[in-house]
Amino acid sequence: MKYMALIYMAEGREPTPDSAEFGPWMARWQEVTKIFEDAGVMRGGDPLEPTATATSVRVRGGKTETMDGPFAETKEQLGGYYILDCAHLDEAIKYASMLPAAELGTVEIRPIMDYSE
Amino acid sequence: MRDSEKIKDSAAIDDTTSLQDLMRRDWGRLLSVLISDLGDFALAEDSLADAFASALTHWSPGRPTNPPANPPSNPRAWLLQVARRKAIDRLRRQQNHRTKLPELTYLRELDAQASAEPEQEIRDERLRLIFTACHPALDQKTRLALTLRSLCGLTTGEIARAFLDKEATMAQRLARARNKIARAGIPYQVPKAEDLEQRLSSVLTVIYLIFNEGYSVSQGEDPIRHDLCQEAIRLARELRDLLPQPPEVLGLLALLLLTYARHGARLSPEGAAIPLEEQDRSLWDQEVADEGLALLERALRRGRAGPFQLQAVISALHVEAETFAATDWAEILLAYDRLMGLADNPVVALNRAVALSFVKGPAAGLAALPGQLDHYQPFHAARADILRRAGQHKDAKAAYDRAIGLTRNSADRRFLQARKARLSLLES
Repeated sequence: MKYMALIYMAEGREPTPDSAEFGPWMARWQEVTKIFEDAGVMRGGDPLEPTATATSVRVRGGKTETMDGPFAETKEQLGGYYILDCAHLDEAIKYASMLPAAELGTVEIRPIMDYSE
Repeated sequence: MRDSEKIKDSAAIDDTTSLQDLMRRDWGRLLSVLISDLGDFALAEDSLADAFASALTHWSPGRPTNPPANPPSNPRAWLLQVARRKAIDRLRRQQNHRTKLPELTYLRELDAQASAEPEQEIRDERLRLIFTACHPALDQKTRLALTLRSLCGLTTGEIARAFLDKEATMAQRLARARNKIARAGIPYQVPKAEDLEQRLSSVLTVIYLIFNEGYSVSQGEDPIRHDLCQEAIRLARELRDLLPQPPEVLGLLALLLLTYARHGARLSPEGAAIPLEEQDRSLWDQEVADEGLALLERALRRGRAGPFQLQAVISALHVEAETFAATDWAEILLAYDRLMGLADNPVVALNRAVALSFVKGPAAGLAALPGQLDHYQPFHAARADILRRAGQHKDAKAAYDRAIGLTRNSADRRFLQARKARLSLLES
């Protein structure tokens, strides 16, 4: 069976890159990832950009509505995910708004962190 | 200078054009080109600000002169070239500048090209810039602020004052916007044809809201902010030049002109708002109104009347009435009906109810008032007025009180208090 581990954390709790704790903190992530890979359970995983980069998309009455910011409603729960490789946000919004769930709930679009930057 | 002169298309550069004028007029166009060259909103803004700061040093008379001593013959090209060089400096100072080598090479090529052809005309990428600044993934207030900053060249302090915000708060909002554009991948492009209508509507709304922020100042002592009204009209003109086809673009410009033409009659010498029926129509600016009417006619001929054209139609019907009594309320009601057909919106329903009250009487107007506007000041002000006309003075006074309680600008408060006082006088 496949499982998804969702990571929740207050933004800004992590050690910052200029702090002494940053190196050991990152090393721990790498160690754990290595354990997952060696155990053969790793199917994928990425850090996300902070919520300041989030855009929420929903479709109501056939019209795509976009909102700045993360999805904040507590009545609805995370129900699944897609990873889409798009040229830019407009393309991501276009594809996200095709998801049937966009008509009933909201799809939050958040960039995956790019380490080459 | 009269307002109607201020809102005309701007003239060419001459000797009297100050650096500040140049900044107001050319900031948007220069920034639009720089963002396209650099692919980085924040870097482009910082570098252009550097270039203007440099111009201030080099162009001022009486300063020790590095060449060029005085404003160069082509100040735009000079500013653009200096900004590019400032960007190169900034990129080289960055810690990870090795990863920026392709950008640096490209910028040096552009610089060499510009030096070889100093008189080459500067591109205009403002259409891309305005669609980016008004992107629906940014929140609405941010879109307004970013448009004023990047297209109109207003300083952060000026924008903060326009929204009655602290400068630091506004600076933070703009910084967050640049961060989001870069990290969320908001593209620097004019949307594709299939998305154009919806995205254009976001741009038009931003310009309209900038105008409204100036024309119906929501709070404070200033009854009208001419700077914001005029910036909005300038933006609408620029958009008309850049994107002349969609009739809604003409419709928006017509609406702004037809509204602004009437501002001179809106306030009494004591600073109280004057309602339409008591305005001195000779104070309306006929020249501005005529331009609006001509634009609207051209827009309507294209046969696709959207919400801005319909609002302009309503404005035009007011402008064309010689007296308040001569107002063609039946036509106005028809335009509101069509507006309601496009978008069922309680504010439109409120205005439609007012029109209906003049066509079929106050009772019909009262019955057509929408619900769900209990915290909206204009709802209670309009309701009070219809009740007054219906002779229901007790309810009218209560509605005036409710409206006064929700009013945060002094011109409207003075008007509403006077209206209420007059009712009390009638009763005693």
